[in-house]
Amino acid sequence: MKNTGYIIALILLGYGCKFNDSATKTLPIYGNKEPVTKTVDGKQVTDTVYQTIPAFKFVNQYGDTITEKSLNGKIYVADFFFTTCPTICPVMHRNMLPVYNEFKNNPDFRILSHSIDPKYDTVPVLKKYADKMGIAGNTWWLLHGNKDATYTIAKSYLVAVQEKNAQENYTHDGFFILIDKQKRIRGTYQGTDPAEVEKMTADIKILMAETDQKAAK
Amino acid sequence: MKTRLIVFAFMAMLVIAASCQNDGQIEFNRFYSNGSVVYQAHCQNCHGAKGEGLQGLIPSLTDSIYLKNNKNTLACQLNSGLKGKITILNKEFEGEMPASKLSPLEIAQVLTYVTNSFGNKLGTINTDRVNTDLAKCK
Ligand code: HEC
Repeated sequence: MKNTGYIIALILLGYGCKFNDSATKTLPIYGNKEPVTKTVDGKQVTDTVYQTIPAFKFVNQYGDTITEKSLNGKIYVADFFFTTCPTICPVMHRNMLPVYNEFKNNPDFRILSHSIDPKYDTVPVLKKYADKMGIAGNTWWLLHGNKDATYTIAKSYLVAVQEKNAQENYTHDGFFILIDKQKRIRGTYQGTDPAEVEKMTADIKILMAETDQKAAK
Repeated sequence: MKTRLIVFAFMAMLVIAASCQNDGQIEFNRFYSNGSVVYQAHCQNCHGAKGEGLQGLIPSLTDSIYLKNNKNTLACQLNSGLKGKITILNKEFEGEMPASKLSPLEIAQVLTYVTNSFGNKLGTINTDRVNTDLAKCK
């Protein structure tokens, strides 16, 4: 009799562990990785080093300079668009709007929309677009930069996109790319598909709850 | 025997129901359902699945009064594009809609769809109407 009690307790404990397991769900890390061996306290340890987004420099809709340092301690989503785009961009930003509204009061979250048409999309044009979209503050930055810089950064995001979808072109496929506080790629989502964007919102919450994200400054 | 009778009665009912619809209703249905296909392919990305538009960038298609007042020029707005200030549901827009590459038939279909969806009810805009309107475009 007594034993049955223990067994039940053990089973419950087991369930408890499983439960915990799903509560501490984490997102995969995308991009190239390489093992790096170093010596810590006289012992050899091998760490995996993941690809990170390289340094960059753009200007946002307020005319402020935005670099990788502006994103220290932030989780962010990046995409590519241009203000006069007649095809998928209105769909992407219609889908991005709920993401903006969900996280706009979180100081550790950003959205970066890179314009791929720097000639037309000057800072005042981007500001006007932001006003018409009804976005204010610093949550959602619309970025102006020279074409080379934009394509270079796109390529560093592209790695993750390619893992999913080798043939297609990032700028015209409307991907949303999720980057963590360590500047690693944690997810890519089809920005034209409301269901995928909902999944992204759920993933952002999972990411925010990860221990090394909470700890990162 | 019994099932055949039921099937026959059902067919007869269908035939009667179909002939009850007058020609106008049939024309409307044809334009409207084809129009929804044109809408999905050529308009929905900007104006949205429910004609809701996009914030202050793209106007909604739910302003029945605007649509009614401009019924004769909507074909031109699609054919040549639309630019400049317009007021939709008391909100000012100043954007640019690119010219569509639709045929007069497709314009008639999509306009019938738009002006009878999203809470609008303006009846059929047929191809003759569209051709007449297009001839008068500025
Ligand atoms: C590239 C985005 C885009 C596409 C595609 C587009 N429109 Fe528009 N549409 C606009 C914009 C922007 C305006 C407002 C123009 C202005 O401010 O002068 C507009 C205005 C309108 C208007 C008049 C204002 C209103 O809201 O009633 C109608 C009607 C309209 N569009 C219907 C259509 C239909 C039908 C199609 C598909 C054949 C279509 N549009 C495709 C962007 C678009």
